[in-house]
Amino acid sequence: MSEKTPVLHVENITMQFGGVMAVNNLSLDVPEGEIIALIGPNGAGKTTAFNCITGVYEPTNGLVEFCGLPMVRNFPRGKMKKLYQGQHADKYAHDPAIRPTPDKITELGIARTFQNIRLWKSMTVFDNVLTAKHMRADQNVFSATFRTNAREEKRMRAETEALLAEQDLLQYRDELAVSLPYGLQRRLEIARALATEPKLLLLDEPAAGMNPQETADLAAFIQQIREKYGLTVFLIEHHMDLVMQISDYIYVIDFGSEIARGVPQEIQNDRRVIDAYLGVSEE
Amino acid sequence: MSNFVQANLPYLLAGISVGGQYALIAIGYTMVYGILRLINFAHGDVFMVAGLVMVYTTTAMPMYLSIPLVIVATVVLGFLIERVAYKPLRSAPRMSVMISAIGVSYLLQNCALYFTGGLAQVYPTIPWLSNSVTIGSATTKVVTIVTPILTVVLVFALVLFIQKTKIGMAMRAVSKDFETSQLMGIKINSVISMTFVIGCFLAAIGSLLYFTNYPSVIPTSGSMPGLKAFVAAVFGGIGSIPGAVIGAFVIGICENIIKGLGSSWTIFSDAFTFVLLIVVLLVKPTGIFGEKATDKV
Amino acid sequence: MEKTLRKDPAGKIGAAISACLIAALYIFLILLDNVLPANSFTLMLIPVLKKGAIYSLICVSMNLLNGFTGLFSLGQAGFLLVGAYAYSIFAIPADQHAAVYQYFDGGAIGFSIPEALSRLLGENAGNFVGAIICIIIAGLVAAAFAALIGVPVLRLKSDYLAIATLGFAEIIRAIFQWNGLGPVTNGSNMLRKYTNFSAIQIGNIKLATAFPFFISMICIGLIVLLIHSSYGRAFKAVRDDEVAAEAMGISLFKHKMLSFVISSFFAGVGGALLAMYQTTIQANAFKSAMTYEILLIVVIGGIGSISGSCIASFLYIACNEWWLRFLDSGSFFGISVPFFRDGFRKVVFSVLIMVIVLFFSRGIMGDKELSFAGMIRKHRNKTAEGGDGQ
Repeated sequence: MSEKTPVLHVENITMQFGGVMAVNNLSLDVPEGEIIALIGPNGAGKTTAFNCITGVYEPTNGLVEFCGLPMVRNFPRGKMKKLYQGQHADKYAHDPAIRPTPDKITELGIARTFQNIRLWKSMTVFDNVLTAKHMRADQNVFSATFRTNAREEKRMRAETEALLAEQDLLQYRDELAVSLPYGLQRRLEIARALATEPKLLLLDEPAAGMNPQETADLAAFIQQIREKYGLTVFLIEHHMDLVMQISDYIYVIDFGSEIARGVPQEIQNDRRVIDAYLGVSEE
Repeated sequence: MSNFVQANLPYLLAGISVGGQYALIAIGYTMVYGILRLINFAHGDVFMVAGLVMVYTTTAMPMYLSIPLVIVATVVLGFLIERVAYKPLRSAPRMSVMISAIGVSYLLQNCALYFTGGLAQVYPTIPWLSNSVTIGSATTKVVTIVTPILTVVLVFALVLFIQKTKIGMAMRAVSKDFETSQLMGIKINSVISMTFVIGCFLAAIGSLLYFTNYPSVIPTSGSMPGLKAFVAAVFGGIGSIPGAVIGAFVIGICENIIKGLGSSWTIFSDAFTFVLLIVVLLVKPTGIFGEKATDKV
Repeated sequence: MEKTLRKDPAGKIGAAISACLIAALYIFLILLDNVLPANSFTLMLIPVLKKGAIYSLICVSMNLLNGFTGLFSLGQAGFLLVGAYAYSIFAIPADQHAAVYQYFDGGAIGFSIPEALSRLLGENAGNFVGAIICIIIAGLVAAAFAALIGVPVLRLKSDYLAIATLGFAEIIRAIFQWNGLGPVTNGSNMLRKYTNFSAIQIGNIKLATAFPFFISMICIGLIVLLIHSSYGRAFKAVRDDEVAAEAMGISLFKHKMLSFVISSFFAGVGGALLAMYQTTIQANAFKSAMTYEILLIVVIGGIGSISGSCIASFLYIACNEWWLRFLDSGSFFGISVPFFRDGFRKVVFSVLIMVIVLFFSRGIMGDKELSFAGMIRKHRNKTAEGGDGQ
């Protein structure tokens, strides 16, 4: 892979729930400007890996670096120390742990969407995107209450408007987000993630529940936003057409462990992948 | 050590006794929470109503009739509360059900206020239970000794019931997974009703024992013991019956020892319970015997 | 939203109507205090208005937390208590200390802020400014307590949070009743003789009723501004979906803490006003039952509606203290009804509340707000539709 520092560098991530190894010693790199896919059969641990990267879960062991800076670093502690049998069990034991909350990670520049859409259900389409701008706004609770942040508020509203216009969502701006059709909700969730001004976008099954036409549109859409915002995209997906069409590089995991990695052509012809996944549960 | 026990024997005995009474109430909280994930704020007031029913029935009939009547009335009340106030909200958000529970608590207290006219009702003397006995240096009532024994027997019976009978098995299934057990053909409503019946039965017995130690019943008599019993349930790990019993004894004993420290500390005997609650919630939110649950994202 | 409001004349008309109504209300209140004769009607009306205004603030502060941030807290009584005590402690005139703190050698605090300011500014201005300063202190002290309590408690979820805040309220009550703090809090005895509403006047104009309205309205106005700001939206995001909020960079702890502290600040102010209204306070009155009462008013008004909370507060207080009094009196329009005796009113009330909780769980307003602009728009749409039909 390239010599440049990858945007996201994941090293030996392990996530253990009791006796279950949801993610086992996963290492991967997401280079700048590329679209990288993480695939694997249901229950392979893809979403868990995402949750470890975005701080929703504390990984049992491992390191995540963002643009070369350690962002999440953990080591097996307490009871886990005995349970954890990974080959790099002691690797991070001497470094101080770093366990940020998800909002800190988003602040660094990683935004995500969710497998089962999580829009704010009492809010309109417009407010959903506007609220995601809250984090980067230059304001405090007093300036916001007493409206001395009017200029900032105006900027946020204008940017939201622009973002919605660009995603063809402007006509729905005053509708409740949850009243939108499924495909548009997914798109709105991406728009909301973009509102946090990320460098890296994590998409968790963006095409789930979409028909072939919508999926094709989505592929174009993902490439388009990558160009426009200079984004790096890391996605989990089940639609093989989509993955093969847009990914620059693919990681395949099963039962928490990596079974293959490579460019789409390699993955398509990889025996292990076909056994584990393509041959069995192609949709 | 023996000096300490010597000096604090009356408080220790009172603590064990009160602990047993809290335990009987706490089981009602912990079972309902285990199944419905609901803090049944009205449970303490059901306990108070049981006390009032006892007061009113003893004026009209002999004790051997009124005691069973109190138990039956309390059980019926608990059953009705569940059917009227909680069942319609089964698919509503948890907060709504909790608000409904608070509403029921408010209703029971106000009804009690209306019927008693705001006057403290003198609790009848139950023969034998109110007799004095002397243990070591302390003189106490028979109820002090009966309570822990009765509590342990009842809890043992309850655990057997839950482990061995079919409905007990259904209860365990429902508390593990509400939706799935419904799909597996468990009659969810009868299981929930059964939970309330058992909880109220134990609360009625707890009330008979508890009020024997107090001169009278007032409409707010139930709220403090109710809250403490709930804390006991949290302490032991909500959903766990042995946990609730142990928690109740710990709280009962500690608060009475605090009362024994001197008059300026008495004010903290109630507050102590809540300090304990907060410490437990912070250190081990699932309680001593609770199970851990993780949210799926 | 703002843009559309500005373009839309309904917004302007609505604002104008509101401004006129508020002006009329204050004129009426001032007349009520100064000119109108004291008869059985005004004697009932005045306390209802005062208490209604105070409860509006208290309920709105609870709604900010429970309705807008989704934090089911049951600690409101504790913060009211802190506010009421903080206010009273600094507002008892020095020469009354010996009488009030009779069991604690006149107490540890030998001054009163309204009194000190009276010497500087003259009596009326001193009382007015002093009372406001004490009210702000009350809010700040309550907010400080909230900040301390929030650190451990706000990590807890839903019902655990409810029970932990309830527990803290009980602990606060015990601390304020503790004799060890007697020289400040007067132990379990009551605090009295502090500056109350009857001392508030400008020149010769008495403001006993207008003052609580004034303070409540400012505070509720601030809460409304907050809710409609970027922070208010973040609070709602936390309420709707914590995981999504956190993933969008909204720090859960920071925003929950903000909401908790701000809500407690206004609860403290509400507590101070309540102390002024009652003229005596005692920690023993601030039990969890009080929190339940406030929560039920919020539910009646609609969780997530500011105007709903205000309407429900006035309705509740009016019914409780005035309109439904006859239920306790034993007779109804002169006809004696045997079961109308003490406490029946509360029974009727609780049944009504249960009916609302079970069958009208959205309350009076749901999560909508009462607005004249909205009414005008609705009316216009309706007439427009009617016109199309013809």
